Amino acid sequence: MPASDYDSACLPDILPLYYRRLFPFSQYYRWLNYGGVQKNYFQNREFSFTLKDDIYVRYQSFTTQNELEKEMQKMNPYKIDIGAIYSHRPNQHNTVKSGTFQALEKELVFDIDMTDYDDVRSCCSAAEICPKCWTLMTIAIRVLDRALRDDFGFQHLLWVYSGRRGVHCWVCDEAARKLSVAARSAVAEYLSLVKGGDETMKKVVLSDPIHPFIRESLVVVERYFPLYALQDQDILGRKESVDKVLALTPEDVRKQLQQDFQNEKKPENRWNLLKDQAKRKQGTSKKGQHFEKEIMLQYCYPRLDVNVSKGVNHLLKSPFSVHPKTGRISVPIDLKELETFDPFAVPTISMICEELDRPRTVEEEEKSEEINDKENEKDAAESRKIRDYKRTSLAKYVKCFDQFLDVMARSWKGELLKKSDLQKDF
Amino acid sequence: MQFSSRRKKFTTNSQTELYSHPLLFYVQPPLENISLMEFETFAVERLKLLKTIENLGVSYVKLSDQYIKKLEAESKALNFLYRAEADDRKPQSGPTEQEKRRKDHISHFILRLAYCQTEDLRRWFIQQEVDLFRYRFNDLYPKQKLEFLHRNNLQYDTISVEEKKALHDKLVNSSYAVSGITVEDQDFYKVPFQDALDLVRLRKVYLKAGYVYIPHQEIVTIVLNDFRTRLSKALALTARSLPAVHSDERLQPLLNHLSHAYVGQDYSIQKNVGKISLEQIDSLSGKSFPLCMRQVHQSLRENHHLRHGGRMQYGLFLKGIGLSLEQALQFWRSEFIKGKVDADKFDKAYAYSVRHMFGKEGKRTDYTPYSCMKVILSNAPSQGDHHGCPFRHSDPELLKQKLQVYKVSPSGIIQILELVKGMHYQLACQKYFELTHNVEEASFSLNHPNQYFIESQKVLGGGRDIKRETDAPQKPQENSTKAPSAAPEAAANTQDVAEMTEELDSFFQDA
Repeated sequence: MPASDYDSACLPDILPLYYRRLFPFSQYYRWLNYGGVQKNYFQNREFSFTLKDDIYVRYQSFTTQNELEKEMQKMNPYKIDIGAIYSHRPNQHNTVKSGTFQALEKELVFDIDMTDYDDVRSCCSAAEICPKCWTLMTIAIRVLDRALRDDFGFQHLLWVYSGRRGVHCWVCDEAARKLSVAARSAVAEYLSLVKGGDETMKKVVLSDPIHPFIRESLVVVERYFPLYALQDQDILGRKESVDKVLALTPEDVRKQLQQDFQNEKKPENRWNLLKDQAKRKQGTSKKGQHFEKEIMLQYCYPRLDVNVSKGVNHLLKSPFSVHPKTGRISVPIDLKELETFDPFAVPTISMICEELDRPRTVEEEEKSEEINDKENEKDAAESRKIRDYKRTSLAKYVKCFDQFLDVMARSWKGELLKKSDLQKDF
Repeated sequence: MQFSSRRKKFTTNSQTELYSHPLLFYVQPPLENISLMEFETFAVERLKLLKTIENLGVSYVKLSDQYIKKLEAESKALNFLYRAEADDRKPQSGPTEQEKRRKDHISHFILRLAYCQTEDLRRWFIQQEVDLFRYRFNDLYPKQKLEFLHRNNLQYDTISVEEKKALHDKLVNSSYAVSGITVEDQDFYKVPFQDALDLVRLRKVYLKAGYVYIPHQEIVTIVLNDFRTRLSKALALTARSLPAVHSDERLQPLLNHLSHAYVGQDYSIQKNVGKISLEQIDSLSGKSFPLCMRQVHQSLRENHHLRHGGRMQYGLFLKGIGLSLEQALQFWRSEFIKGKVDADKFDKAYAYSVRHMFGKEGKRTDYTPYSCMKVILSNAPSQGDHHGCPFRHSDPELLKQKLQVYKVSPSGIIQILELVKGMHYQLACQKYFELTHNVEEASFSLNHPNQYFIESQKVLGGGRDIKRETDAPQKPQENSTKAPSAAPEAAANTQDVAEMTEELDSFFQDA
């Protein structure tokens, strides 16, 4: 994936610039502090850093936003991971009696990785992605976002581009943060429809009755299927792909379709023939009659790694972390603009650092003078930093993050009021 | 609980109340005196029952007819079976219903003492107790089920008739068990999804805005969840009071032995380290590896890579057969280098994980090789993986092809596939063993890949180099030799314990 002008060798030089002038520390702290509703929430959070030369340090923790900033500016991590909130400060875990240092809470997270779809995408493999297969991520986000909100009742979801070949979801509701390991694994299993390793051919098997969750997910998949699978991936075009698709149909149907496809070459029509066969089967048999749905799901339905979601102490790449291989920033994805999201347009660290050096426009100069007049010295440094990221392509992503935080903040207000009410009773 | 060598006292009033319902949530511990004899007998018998439950759970679908029949037989034999109606008026030989329920109550709490100490023990105990509870709850009449719920404060809200109507189709389509009639006739409860994880996990229920909608008849899953959570918390609490219990020297030997009995052989202690050379592995994989390991080894050789799940399953197995850490590092390194991983990356990333397996990094836990149960039930393979149990995780077609390639006879393949269809994965693997080693009947009951390896080596006429690990733990002998140092009064009891524990060993060896 050609990222313009980015070379990982430049990281040691531009990371300091990124952390000094661009990383949105105050929004970051606002997020992880969760309104200060729970004591020591930020202080007991584990961070892990990957430093130069692959040196990996765990159990980092910080008492204030300022301390976090200073440390990150000192260490200039190549990669930042966020872990759980523990019973004690992670950076003091060695002083705690063995067995009592425990991970208590963490956001419910999901990691969708494009490599898990290698058996069903023909355009790319492994770490590569392209606009044709990116649709898989769009579908994943739509399906999971709907399910997490409508079925599970979660409201505060942050979707983030991982920087290379996937997306992450952070479910930040209080109820989600308090989920046990068993509950997280149950949620992940509920959301899993594609099962089996390389040894399994048919990875989706549906039986009656079809659960409302599957129906709703199919509604989403069906919207994208014609353009994504029939056209872009051309699954009913080339012979090898056709064979793979037909291998997922019952034997009698397969033989019939192989015949029919001799005379019909257009993928859309071939798909219609397949659907007709399915309709016929649904009328007559009790088994194997949902194969057209199974095919759509096997090719499009989100594949998530249950292990990532299960563990309360699992470390996941932080939003606004840089991806060392591509240089891209892990930015929040605005679901209102999901259809036009382009992973190749996500800013790289080199790009935004370059943008900083651009000469200021006349408007920017005037604005900055205005603000300079109003502020005192202390705030000036802070606002200068704020103004800095605003001058770069990072701005719109920080804005998206802000909107996410604003919505969540309303729930914190409610919590704080509740708490202070309770205190008044005493 | 007070212990003395006096005979048991039986306080009627509170007990009749406590045991008036056949099923217990085990909230209140027993508050009576009990003889050491009863203490031992009750504990051992319950343990036998739980062990039976474990074995049945692997061989049969839980709550299938065969499962229920066999469990009933065993419960009866151990005097744990009780009828749902306590009909003490009928003249009976043997213990009364009351007495059986009392035994159930007391034995559960005794085993808590033995099984609260480590994560593994707790997990095992909870799993078997939950399965036992599930079987018993299933056996109750509907009226008794309701009574049980109310006694134990599981009050969830029902939804209105209007809401039921509005959700009618969704409710019917959420579960095979829910028909239109169910929706009309039964009350539906709105339960937070965290209280019904088993139903959520298997998507057997309608879920909306964080609540599941459960017909009255399905309430059992909720109850089980509740049971599991309570027991888990209780065990954590029990663990804290353990030092006080252990200071009673009459109890400590028995409790120790009880908790070791369930594990049997876990192949965690490495014997024969270094007796196998890396050059032998390819040929051994064909001759003596179970199919799961043979498969994962082959895929490692072909792809020069394995993902995490495969590395764990295979790496620990290799440790179990006797590879040393140095050998393991060399093995993985040489294979990965042939692929896309350069030596540097291996040393940085993968070597850590190998050392971790041998307990040389992180928490320094010496991880035990996966048993069949673990390979079958957890760590399921997904896209790009080659681990797991082939009898469980492979498509029957692909499995058949593989067996053909490995030259298993067509009739043998049919037998194996039949067993797979019946979900008897370990029996299928055992059959594979019998067919590939040309033995009529395997002399062991397969439950561990390393066990397969050892038995295979035995049959292939070695056994001289790789010594057979003795199954019987040394404990009983140790106990009786310790006896002279204990007080004379205790000596008689420890001998009872020794006898009992010998009997326990022989029971588990046959399993």
